[in-house]
Amino acid sequence: MPDVQALVNEFLNKLKKRKIEGSQATAKQTAELLRSVISQQRVPRTNQAGALIDAVRAIGEQLIVANPIELAVGNIVRRVLHIIREEDLSLTTAAVAELNLSTVSDDDDDGGGGDQDDRPVLSAAAVAAAARNTLRPPSLQMLLEGAPDFVAVPRSSSSGGDSEGKSKSMDRNSRTRKLKHDIIEAVNELIQDITTCHELIAEQAVEHIHQNEVILTLGSSKTVLEFLCAAKEKKRSFRVFVAEGAPRYQGHLLAKELVARGLQTTLITDSAVFAMISRVNMVIVGSHAVMANGGVIAPVGMNMVALAAQKHAVPFVVLAGSHKVILVYIGASTCRGPMLCPLYPHNPEVLLNELRSPSELLDFGEFSDCLDFGSGDGSPLLHVVNPTFDYVPPKAVSLFITDTGGHNPSYMYRLIADYYSADDLVVQRRHAAGN
Amino acid sequence: MDARRGSLPVPRVRQVGFFTPNAQPAPTRSQSGPPDSSSPPLSDSPASNSLSPVMIPPPRHHSDNLAAAPRPTSPLPVPEPSPFRRRGADNNNALLVGSYNPAETLLAMSPSSSHVGDGESEETMSGGWFRRSNSGKLASSLPSGTFDFSPVQSTAEALKPNKVQNPVGISAPKEQQPEAPSSSKQPKPKLTKAERRALQESQRAAKAAAKAGGGKSVAAPEEVATIKSVKQHQTQKKDAPQVAVSVAASERKGGDKSQEKERRKDAPAPRMQFDDKSRVEKAKRRSVVDQTEAKKRVELFRHLPQYEHGTQLADLESKFLQLDPMHPAIYKVGLQYLAGDISGGNARCIAMLQAFQQVVKDYSTPPEKTLPRDLTAKISSYVSFFTQCRPLSMSMGNAIRFLKNRIAKLSPSLSESESKSSICTDIDRFINEKIVLADRVIVQHASSKVKDGDVLLVYGSSCVVEMVLLHSHELGKQFRVIVVDSRPKLEGKALLRRLVAKGVHCTYTHINAVSYVMHEVTKVFLGASSVLSNGTVYSRVGTACVAMVAHAFRVPVIICCEAYKFHERVQLDSICSNELGDPDAIGKVPGRMDVNYLNDVSNSGNLQLLNLMYDATPADYVSMIVTDYGMIPPTSVPVIVREYRRDHLLI
Repeated sequence: MPDVQALVNEFLNKLKKRKIEGSQATAKQTAELLRSVISQQRVPRTNQAGALIDAVRAIGEQLIVANPIELAVGNIVRRVLHIIREEDLSLTTAAVAELNLSTVSDDDDDGGGGDQDDRPVLSAAAVAAAARNTLRPPSLQMLLEGAPDFVAVPRSSSSGGDSEGKSKSMDRNSRTRKLKHDIIEAVNELIQDITTCHELIAEQAVEHIHQNEVILTLGSSKTVLEFLCAAKEKKRSFRVFVAEGAPRYQGHLLAKELVARGLQTTLITDSAVFAMISRVNMVIVGSHAVMANGGVIAPVGMNMVALAAQKHAVPFVVLAGSHKVILVYIGASTCRGPMLCPLYPHNPEVLLNELRSPSELLDFGEFSDCLDFGSGDGSPLLHVVNPTFDYVPPKAVSLFITDTGGHNPSYMYRLIADYYSADDLVVQRRHAAGN
Repeated sequence: MDARRGSLPVPRVRQVGFFTPNAQPAPTRSQSGPPDSSSPPLSDSPASNSLSPVMIPPPRHHSDNLAAAPRPTSPLPVPEPSPFRRRGADNNNALLVGSYNPAETLLAMSPSSSHVGDGESEETMSGGWFRRSNSGKLASSLPSGTFDFSPVQSTAEALKPNKVQNPVGISAPKEQQPEAPSSSKQPKPKLTKAERRALQESQRAAKAAAKAGGGKSVAAPEEVATIKSVKQHQTQKKDAPQVAVSVAASERKGGDKSQEKERRKDAPAPRMQFDDKSRVEKAKRRSVVDQTEAKKRVELFRHLPQYEHGTQLADLESKFLQLDPMHPAIYKVGLQYLAGDISGGNARCIAMLQAFQQVVKDYSTPPEKTLPRDLTAKISSYVSFFTQCRPLSMSMGNAIRFLKNRIAKLSPSLSESESKSSICTDIDRFINEKIVLADRVIVQHASSKVKDGDVLLVYGSSCVVEMVLLHSHELGKQFRVIVVDSRPKLEGKALLRRLVAKGVHCTYTHINAVSYVMHEVTKVFLGASSVLSNGTVYSRVGTACVAMVAHAFRVPVIICCEAYKFHERVQLDSICSNELGDPDAIGKVPGRMDVNYLNDVSNSGNLQLLNLMYDATPADYVSMIVTDYGMIPPTSVPVIVREYRRDHLLI
């Protein structure tokens, strides 16, 4: 599969050179790349899912190394792995259910398993979610009756007679084809979700923005732009203060877009945030990634804004497409915590940050004479720090608005359980160990 | 006017601060700098067992001395205020705090001072501060000592004669005699707060009686310091002056009406509100500078002057010859303000004062007018010209008030040339004492807070903070500086360049990254344009952000600000009073060709650009304020304003 490798290499280069901006674009491209990887991957007769997982993981590791800061890449890899597992499981379950059906199981729980073939994706997801999710408690009925889980894999071996032998092998053949097909379907859905998450988030805008509201934002985020414009389209009139977000000045871009759409926009410097926040009703910002603990990795300067908002009791709202998959689970290298107790990010400002070129702050030409000044030991006298991201602790965040609705920071860990499987959280870690 | 003033009960307690009652003289203070440094160290009284390492020194009344200096008639030998001296200085009595003041030298060499020298007590010193000039009042104070180490009763008794005799002209040394032994020899009895209060009450009663008997000419009730919160300082470190200074001056019960009135008069007049149409019209008619109003105002800031920038300068330049009444020096400074050539509170204030000095020198009273009135009117018109060029800072307001006050207080008996020279020396003294020397004191204090291995964060470019850094560096302290900067002025770059040139280790970053770098910071040093009496620090925009982040990371925030910038105004937010800069500076990013998003939309009606110049940092974020009176918590600002404002006006 040389063409796939070429694609991967191209993407890796882009990541390394930081050509792709924004977690949405990155997420989408990653998903597309993985889709083509899956479609081109030759699968063996047995253990197809395992082969696919290995292939995706191998590429995922490369991608993550290429840009460890772009958390969306890792998240998408995890999502795809999760999808593969779920599809595999659902197929297995379906097969089992089919077999069970023939033995006239009286188990009500998997009654829907019979028409598996008609609507495979939907029920596959449903069944898989039910089966896989360790967090979900067993149903009350099950608890009462003490009945075993419906995924009775051992039973499958016991069941089946001569009459079913043939259908079983046929089924297996169809499954080989179906698995890949289903996975690609699911990945397509994921890509779809990523592209539409803005709209889903923006739909909620009117619920949060009222007439004559004053909103402050920093930097530029497409989600924020869509969000504000959605409210504007619903005839809400409000004003927006945009902090420019030095040294990238994305705020200028956002201000331009907002003005073009007819919003009352005031551009302020970042330093004036504290001065203006007392007259602001709500802070709405985008994010780069959301931590399992509800903390946010956001463009630099956001922590300052969050603190100011906290001081003045202004709601600090973070827009985050959960299908943009900006959920990340950060763990220290020593600990493999269970899902329910996510490790809190340790020093994310430093670990998950990226320092950009000093030339954005200081003109080399202008300061070239200062660069020579060195102390005796050769260490330079002048350092320039230009970080890209800021970490906003969860206590400073009032609300997350995701495409699945509003969530408290304390709830974010729960979404992880919905989107990732526990086995995949370690993609990075395994790689780190291999290094 | 002078006479009336003179009868006012001005004596005040100047010395405020903590005491370490049994503190030994601390020769190993970490006062940086050479022992004979000309900047007065704080805790330097010879009677240092009575003085805490932290103390707000009395204002240096060189002024008093100066005022007296031209008058050879001054009968009193004036020992100078020794808290500003080293012991050695007292003994040889020639070393001066600021050698700039020849008058003081003279006075200091007066015979009495040499044997007063060994400074038995604070009262001894205070004798030297009695204002002996045209007024009979006791200008000075009993620096803290009175209260703590000597039995108060004896102090009070000793004081009573002073009060009565002083106006009559009995010289200071005499007064000291009953005083000194008691204060120096007797160990300090431990007084409880209640006891102290009782003593105070009795003193007050005695004073009232004395006053009643003394008649008009007798100076009014004496005041004695009440020092609150004395106890806890046994453990106080001697070498590190404490931050907090608690100040409590007992309020005068006598409640002089005229003084109250004066105080009310001193209260700041309401500022011009630019959303008041009629007043704006009126102001426009008077104005010299042709200002076109900005088209796109930010709704929130309608009350502030918003003018198109860059249009006035050429216009004003062309008017140069027509503007007859404008003095060229004023004109020059005004243009410099307008063009932004002079910025920074101190620089602007000094430029203004020097221009006024020039005006005064060239001034001649028109016929049928009196100098004080005419000159005041002239200065008022110049001030309004300056205001049109750029809104005045509060420190400039204070300086103008001082100047006008001095002019108003000129004795009518003086000839014109004498008046003029008196005003000029006053201006010189203001610059020297309130700015130059104050900075030196602040540098001394603040650099004592810099330790080896510190990482100091500074924001923008404050000249005092820069002096602190450079001084600490010269002292050989090993520290690193993080210069935080913000658009659009990027003043930090110049500071960075100067610091690096001096060999200071620097890190440069922008304000957004402040929470990234705050982890390693150990102290934050900030300048201020003004400190308001509710403790709010009014400073370059962004200061509040930096202070807030520092507060969140539990890093101490130290504000360096000269006391002449303190203002009795209060402010809660940055909206009600502020200054708006050129909005176009926001849209353009010089040196970044890729950032040009706003080039084509800048004339759209929906886009407003807001360039705030200042912001207000709440007092909670400020750990301490370093001023020329010592290191104080922000809550003590109103005390300084209250206690020392008179001195601003009267020096």
